[in-house]
Amino acid sequence: MKQHYELLVIGAGPAGLAAANDAARLGVDVALVDEQKTPGGQIYRNVSRARGQLSNYLGKDYMRGNQLVVEFQQSAADYIDNASLWYLDERLEAGLLIEGASRFISCDQMILASGAQERPMPLPGWHKPGVMTAGAGQILLKSAAMVPQGKLVLAGSGPLLLLLAAQYLRAGVAIEAIVDTTPASRLIKALPGFPRALGAFDYLLKGLSYMHAIRKARIPVYKHVDDLRAEGEARLEAVCFSVRRGKAAREMRIEADTLMLHQGVIPNTRLPLAAGCDLEWDRQQQSWKVSRDDWGQSSVDRVMVAGDCGGIVGARAAELQGRLSALQVACKLNKLDPDQRDRAATSISKFLNRHLSLRPFIDALYAPAPAYQLPADDTLVCRCEEISAGEIREAARLGCVGPNQAKAFTRCGMGPCQGCLCGTTVSTLIADETGAAIEDVGYFRVRPPLKPITLGELSGS
Amino acid sequence: MFRRIEDSGSDTVTLWIDKREFQVPAGISVAAAVLLCGFDKVRNTPVSGSPRLPYCMMGICFDCLMCIDGVPNQQACQLEVRQNMTIEYQRGAAELPQPE
Repeated sequence: MKQHYELLVIGAGPAGLAAANDAARLGVDVALVDEQKTPGGQIYRNVSRARGQLSNYLGKDYMRGNQLVVEFQQSAADYIDNASLWYLDERLEAGLLIEGASRFISCDQMILASGAQERPMPLPGWHKPGVMTAGAGQILLKSAAMVPQGKLVLAGSGPLLLLLAAQYLRAGVAIEAIVDTTPASRLIKALPGFPRALGAFDYLLKGLSYMHAIRKARIPVYKHVDDLRAEGEARLEAVCFSVRRGKAAREMRIEADTLMLHQGVIPNTRLPLAAGCDLEWDRQQQSWKVSRDDWGQSSVDRVMVAGDCGGIVGARAAELQGRLSALQVACKLNKLDPDQRDRAATSISKFLNRHLSLRPFIDALYAPAPAYQLPADDTLVCRCEEISAGEIREAARLGCVGPNQAKAFTRCGMGPCQGCLCGTTVSTLIADETGAAIEDVGYFRVRPPLKPITLGELSGS
Repeated sequence: MFRRIEDSGSDTVTLWIDKREFQVPAGISVAAAVLLCGFDKVRNTPVSGSPRLPYCMMGICFDCLMCIDGVPNQQACQLEVRQNMTIEYQRGAAELPQPE
């Protein structure tokens, strides 16, 4: 590890790996920084170590990530693993916490590939032990070959929920029920996007195969449910919801030891915000994302973004965006002239468009249900500081025009996650309560330290 | 409550969680180990004291903060288990160690 690189790529998921691979091939002096011990990000988490039955359970799409990892290991790029990025600023000084000591490295150019996180799904009891994200369940499977024991319920909406169910079924895990919160009206809203989605029919077939596996295993699936709650005293005991039958609603209560929640993923904007990148609200995806051009250029001169942090695109598209960003960086560093860059980009862009053709359909179909974007007053929104939706609404009524003011009034977003788990909800609640456009309401600022760090670690001792 | 799937045999390491000894597979995260050993919480929150378990497993939510080898506020999902690691619940906000 050197003190300075021409290019630092942050995040070793598909976008970061592809960017580092291509940049290295183009003669750029590049290092890839990642928090994990093995490359792959969350989507290809631990892929280089997966073998035997586990790789069968996780499937071909997951194992495909190993190609990127192998290519990276054979590349000239440096790999700075196990490194928490606790500091980042607009000068692109990166403070890394590695094995209990902090070190600063700098770069001429940076590609941020910080990926996605799960969209917060605030509902009564979502903070109770026994409730976790579907992504967490999948990470436990990928990184530790662990599966839930006891009564498992999957709830929410989106492709990951179906994929996880299919993977669990392959691994012989019993699922008590799948509770689908997708509103009935979504299919009609998604239909205009369907013809274009046929351009990525392989994705649609995969979705159908997950649904088929769930039907074949006779897992009870409750559709279009409302009022989803996680109930229990000290921990989760039951998943409760209501199912509409015509005009009547039936209350359901399913005993559960583990509830895995999911309502899609949203860009992880924490590092781009720390680097000073502008965000914009994506109406189709109902989330904040980093503003970027087709190369991935952000509003900050030396910072590119690739993959899901610039809007959710999925693993394959993220990889292609990483390659485009690498081309642009190589061009900026005079390793390529613009003609060479454009020639190389033509075929990448063609494939990218194919993978993106699915998005309008999927984004509309699995848009989050209003109840979990605008939760009831007594639902906890900020898990760190334990602030309810009612307290955010009250702050908005008192005149808080945005999340940063609401933070000062209520402490929401002031905890260690710095708003990762409440930020989208807080912006949405304030916009709804005040009638302002969400673009004007804005988002939380992010400040270092981005990760917990002790004074001893800071001083490097 | 979690279990390992079959054929996932590997080396093990010894951990001390809440002063009790456990053998867990090498290479997994502390948060995974705590879940595997069947613990019902990793911490109590500083605000209301409510119990929490790991939620996102990817370093985003900070719900898995624990006191590991005597250092509080460690993200258990981001740390790999090591031989003879001591892992304790975090009760409320972290306390500064008292000078001896």
